[in-house]
Amino acid sequence: MMNRRGVLRGLGALGCSAAAFPWLTTVTLAAADGGVPLGDHRFVVIILRGAMDGLDVLQPKGEPSLARYRPTLARPDAIDLDGFFALNAGLGQLMPLWQAGELAFVHATSTPYRHKRSHFGGQDLLEAGTGPDVPIEQVRDGWLNRMLQSVPGLRAETAFAVGRQEMRLLRGPAHVMEWAPDTRMDLSPQARLLLEQVYHDDPLFMAAASDAMAMTEPDMMMGEVLETEGATKGVKLGEVDDLASFAAARLREDTRIAAFSLSGWDTHKSQGKGFQRALMRLERVVLRLRSDLGPDVWGKTTLLAMTEFGRTVAENGTAGTDHGTAGAMLMAGGAIRGGKVYGRWPGLEEADLFERRDLMPTSDVRAWAAHALRGMYGFDAGLLQTKVFPGLEMGDDPGLIL
Amino acid sequence: MTASPSLAAFRYGYGLPLSDTAPVTAKAMLAALAGPDAMAARWPVAGYDKVHAIGNVIAKGKQAAKSDAVLQAELTAMSDQLTVMGQDALRASIARCLDAEDGFRERLVAFWADHFTISSGGKEDAITAYAFVEDAIRPHVTGPFHQMLTAVVMHPGMLLYLDQTRSVGPNSRQAKGKGGGGLNENLAREVLELHTLGIGAGYAQDDVRQLAELFTGLTYDARRGFSFDGRRAEPGAETVLGKSYDGKAEAPIRAALEDIARHADTARHIARKLAVHFLSDSPDAGVVDAVAQAWGRTGGDLMAVYAALLDHPAAWVASADKARQPWDFLMASLRALGVRGQDVAGWEQPRLSNMILGPLRAMGQRWKSPPGPDGWPEEIGAWITPQGLAERIDWAMTRPTHLASPLPQPADLAQRALGDRASPALIWAAERAENLVEGVGIVLASPEFNRR
Repeated sequence: MMNRRGVLRGLGALGCSAAAFPWLTTVTLAAADGGVPLGDHRFVVIILRGAMDGLDVLQPKGEPSLARYRPTLARPDAIDLDGFFALNAGLGQLMPLWQAGELAFVHATSTPYRHKRSHFGGQDLLEAGTGPDVPIEQVRDGWLNRMLQSVPGLRAETAFAVGRQEMRLLRGPAHVMEWAPDTRMDLSPQARLLLEQVYHDDPLFMAAASDAMAMTEPDMMMGEVLETEGATKGVKLGEVDDLASFAAARLREDTRIAAFSLSGWDTHKSQGKGFQRALMRLERVVLRLRSDLGPDVWGKTTLLAMTEFGRTVAENGTAGTDHGTAGAMLMAGGAIRGGKVYGRWPGLEEADLFERRDLMPTSDVRAWAAHALRGMYGFDAGLLQTKVFPGLEMGDDPGLIL
Repeated sequence: MTASPSLAAFRYGYGLPLSDTAPVTAKAMLAALAGPDAMAARWPVAGYDKVHAIGNVIAKGKQAAKSDAVLQAELTAMSDQLTVMGQDALRASIARCLDAEDGFRERLVAFWADHFTISSGGKEDAITAYAFVEDAIRPHVTGPFHQMLTAVVMHPGMLLYLDQTRSVGPNSRQAKGKGGGGLNENLAREVLELHTLGIGAGYAQDDVRQLAELFTGLTYDARRGFSFDGRRAEPGAETVLGKSYDGKAEAPIRAALEDIARHADTARHIARKLAVHFLSDSPDAGVVDAVAQAWGRTGGDLMAVYAALLDHPAAWVASADKARQPWDFLMASLRALGVRGQDVAGWEQPRLSNMILGPLRAMGQRWKSPPGPDGWPEEIGAWITPQGLAERIDWAMTRPTHLASPLPQPADLAQRALGDRASPALIWAAERAENLVEGVGIVLASPEFNRR
């Protein structure tokens, strides 16, 4: 938990009164003066870097040609979801969420990025949230920051970019906090105390150091021990636990928007193995957020996990897949209408494919994000279609948010 | 103008201590700047001619190397040589900041390198970004601005970064023939928006397009080098800001750049940027006016521009409204700890990563990789964040012990690193640390040391 009381306790032990160190109270005061911008709903965006293979996450078992395209990847242990799609067993521990209506997917979705299939170009567009009519190099801010620019009374902690990876979707003039949970400040109690003295008369340094000290408190990282497959199969999950626990701790307090990255999806070779590791990390993040947020906050949470583009329909010669076009998006949280695969399925016949090789996009990733924002926060569709996602046509409300 | 040495060192250099002969008045700083560039001579950095000489052999040999293992090994070795050149350039960049008598020249080079940002896209030892500064920025920091602007626009580093190498005149012989291709406005747009007139100045989309058409022909590739390729050039005259430019090859481009460099909006835009960078995030209007007037009077003679800045009273009013950016913080820390260029010359890659590159990333200033062509932010609030300050504290507490042996007494370090800027409260606190390591850390993590 974000725990300034912990810092206060530490100071008390050193014989200092909180009144002598007003820097400890900046955020507490902000929290005490009334309503929180954006209300109760929490919005978490995870950028899956490296192009997640949507057809492997959510396998269209109802397509007769699937086994032909993917002789080694279409595995028999996938878990049936709705008679047509089956979930990769690597996300098997999310099945209780599916059954509880807290997990959903969108298939055959993509950004407007076409033809080029470069990770950087694809991620730039995914995070810029713009379309083909705006030269990408002219876009200096990200879509989630543009959303924040429309929120009155934004506070220091309303939005958080978590981790060391730059989150361009949050870049821009609206204030966003950034923190990497692996930041360490190994300071003796005496050094902490002395730094507090040194920063005492400088409000900017005081506020920054106050937050930094609070976020590096040893008891920051709490949360129950999760028993998941990954932990037992030797996949290092400490880093993703830190990301998710930190985000959850903030979201339990004043933070309403959090974003971070999960990498490891670029599976050109031996996809079976690498992909399972990436799935375990994603699964773990969702489970960790759910457990750390607790039922009340999870009930107000929408998580979208999106990637720059999908991968080729056919397996390549090295049991992997190459860069494609449409892919899948994962949605989770108690605020969504889950237990459902959204989107129009384009089919896998050769004529159905984009450039005869990739899954054909039938929806714009941005439209789902826009409907989620509208459903949670009541944003005006015009604002979403002009400012947040310029040029987007949102289309009919899919009823994502409960 | 009476000046405080610590003010000169913080505001216009890489910090204290200064040698007894270091220039600390406006007059002495300008005289030093007008003199020879001692640091460029002492700590050389490869220019792009050397990069191209190697890159050219690699580009030409690539195809043949696929079936020739010996050639392949040679090309790999050459590619490694480029990496070593980049690492040497990083060591030289640090050494210059540590050894410079006239820190103002180093700070100006950094200012202009940021003004004309090119990013190495996360490859901190990519030699191109260093060679660009060495060729197009450094030799021109004391000259007329249009010379720097022209050198920048014609440099392979910029031509590649802002996509000029992909721009082809829509009616050029190449576009009409087999080569194909179309106009790319990126460089032209940034030249007007970021490098000269400034965003919101009096130009229109048509000026951008006309300038982009004027630029067509300028190109670079590793096989053929820099050239003006007439086949790619849009035929006919172009009109930029109401003036028509016509003629063969580079001449009309140079003429247009010179006019844009002298423009009143350029004067105003860059005068303000200089004042924001060196003085304050919200600078005194008088100093911006004075600098812009000097620009207008001299057509952008940079020595006259710096003189107008340094001769203005606001240039010497003590304040510390700005943050040392992470690179500046590290350089000032190394100086304060007594590290010299000669020491850094012996640092291997792991030490460079541990002391400099890793910390820069963590503090939010990945070296040679700003987020976009608009460079790094200036506002103090962009740098003194919880994350940024935590990383500075961590560096201050953990790295000095590997850089200075023995560690200085904290009160002595405060004196050496801060001079008359050390507050009694800081010295009081530094002396009460449990050990030297934390005492030193407190001095380097203090607001006095991190503000300028």
